[in-house]
Amino acid sequence: MSRPASPVRATVALAALEMRLTARRGENVLVTLVIPPAVLVFFATVGIVPGIAGRPVDFFLPGTLALAVIASGLVSLGIATAYERGYGVLKRLGGSPLPRWGLVAAKLAAVLALELLQMALLLVVAMTVLGWRAPTGTSIPIFAAALLSGTLAFAGLGLLLAGTLRAEATLALANGLFLLFLMVGGVVLPVDRLPAPLDALAAVLPAAALADAFRSALGSGQNPAGSLLVLGVWGAATAGLAIRTFRWE
Amino acid sequence: MTPSIALEGVVKRYGSRTVLDGVSLAVRPGELVALLGPNGAGKTTAVEILEGYRTADGGVVRVLGEDPRHGGPALKARVGMMLQDGGLDPRSTPGDVLRLYARFHEGAREPDKLLESVGLATVARTRVRRLSGGERQRLALALALVGDPEVLLLDEPTAGMDPEARRTTRALIGGLRAEGRAILLTTHDLGDVERLADRVAILHGGRIVAGGTPAELAAGAMPRLRFRLARALDPVELTGLGAALAVTASGATLVAEPGEAPGAFRVEGAAPDPALLAALATWCAGARIQIAILWATAATLEERYLELTGDRHVEAVE
Repeated sequence: MSRPASPVRATVALAALEMRLTARRGENVLVTLVIPPAVLVFFATVGIVPGIAGRPVDFFLPGTLALAVIASGLVSLGIATAYERGYGVLKRLGGSPLPRWGLVAAKLAAVLALELLQMALLLVVAMTVLGWRAPTGTSIPIFAAALLSGTLAFAGLGLLLAGTLRAEATLALANGLFLLFLMVGGVVLPVDRLPAPLDALAAVLPAAALADAFRSALGSGQNPAGSLLVLGVWGAATAGLAIRTFRWE
Repeated sequence: MTPSIALEGVVKRYGSRTVLDGVSLAVRPGELVALLGPNGAGKTTAVEILEGYRTADGGVVRVLGEDPRHGGPALKARVGMMLQDGGLDPRSTPGDVLRLYARFHEGAREPDKLLESVGLATVARTRVRRLSGGERQRLALALALVGDPEVLLLDEPTAGMDPEARRTTRALIGGLRAEGRAILLTTHDLGDVERLADRVAILHGGRIVAGGTPAELAAGAMPRLRFRLARALDPVELTGLGAALAVTASGATLVAEPGEAPGAFRVEGAAPDPALLAALATWCAGARIQIAILWATAATLEERYLELTGDRHVEAVE
C-alpha cells in the first residue's frame, strides 16, 4: 500500500525545488540580488540624500537590508505564489500527501535561504566597496529578530496578495508597494525628512520599522522594541489575514 | 467486492445552478469506468469531489472507504490524480516535478523509469513551458502514477495528445487496470471509452442518463438503415428522398455519413423496417439511381451518445 513520506522530508524536497525555481526566475534574481546592492552602492556613494548624520553607508546598509527582505518576502514570494495559483500548481500540491503547513513552511524556508544570501551579499558589498565595518554594539540576536519579524510581515503581505488577487494584479501591486516602501519606508530617505503626512504614514509602515530594527542591530543605539512591535503587529495581521482568505485555486 | 470509488446520490450546486443532481457510480479494484459527457455536464466537478477539492451538497462520497475531504495525507498517498489543467510550473522540468512528487511518497516509483514509460525521457530536463500540450498531459499522468496509487482519477487523460501518444497512454492505462487498480476517467474521446472502459456512465444535465458496458450502451440505441447510392445526389434529389422517407416514417431524417463517399447516407429517427426499405427502393427506382450497398446495423456508441446528449463535440473513434 502506498504511504505518505515523512512531512519533513516532503517539505525539505519542496523547499529545495522552490530555491531552484527562484534562481530560474530572472526577474526574481534582479529584484532580490541585483537591485538592493545597486541601491546601496548608488546612494551611499553619490551623496544626494540630505539629512544623514555620520557615514552614508551606516544609514543605507540597514535600509537596503530591509529592501532585500521586502524584495524576497513581498515581491518574489508574492508574485511567484500568485502565478503558481494561476497555473494550478498549488491545487495540484494540495492533492498530494504534502500537508498544507508543509507547503507554507517550504516557501518560508526558501525565502529565508534567499534572504541569508542577500544579507551576505549586501554585507560583503558594504565591506569591500564602501569600507563598512560592523560597529561596536552590533547585535546578532536583534538582527535575527528583525529578519524573522520582517520576513513574517512581508511574506504575510505577499501571500495575502497572492491568495486573493489574480497573478497580474499581484504582480502590479507588489511592484507598486516595493516602490512605495523604497521611497517612504526609511530605505533611502530618512523618515524624519519626509513631508507631513508622509512621515506619519511611513512611521507605521513595516518598511521603516524593519529598516530601523536593522539600524538598531547594527549599532545605532536605538531601542528596537518599538520597531519590532510594529513588525509583529504587521506580521500577525498579514499572516492572519492570508490564512483566512487564501484561495488555493 | 467493496468499491474503491463510490458516489451515492451526490448533489452539487453552484449558487442556483445544480451541476450534479443525484449522481451515483462505483468503481471496483481492477475496473475502469469512463465518465462521458458534454462540456459542462459536471464531469470535472464529480472528479474534483472525489479528489477532495470540492464538497458535495448532498449524498455520500467515498474513496477507499473514506471521505476524501477528511482523508488527509494517508488517503492522498493512495490516490493518483491527473488534473485537467496539469498544475505544472512552466519553469520546472519533468524531472524536477516527478522527483519532487516521488519524495512525497514512501515506496514511490522510480522517476526516471516512469518518465521513460510515458515517453518523456528525452525531455526530462526541458522546461515545462517548452513542452507540447501532449507532453504536458503525459507528465500530468506520470505525476498521478508516481506514488504507485491504488485508485486513479484521470480527468481527460488523452486530451491534446497525438495518435501515437494516445496509443501509448491507453496501453499504459490498460496495464494499470490489469494490475488491479480502480480507475475513473473522464473523457470526450470515444476511442478511450471503446478501448479501455469496462463500464461507461454518461453524464448529462447533472444526471447519469445511461450506464453499462460500451456494447450494452450501443445496443440500447435503435438500429440504423445505412445505404450507399451509385452516385451523389443533387440538392433537389436530396430533398426529394428525405421527404419520401419522412412520409413513410415520421421522424426519419436523412444524414450524410461523415467521411464516406458522397452517396453514403444513414437514416436517423426511424427503425429500418420493411416500409422504410420499400420507400427508399421506390424513390430510387423513380429517380433511376442504383443502390450500391444497403444494410441495417446496430448503432455505434457515438450514435447512442449523441442520442442521449446531443453533444456534437465528442471525438469519434479513430
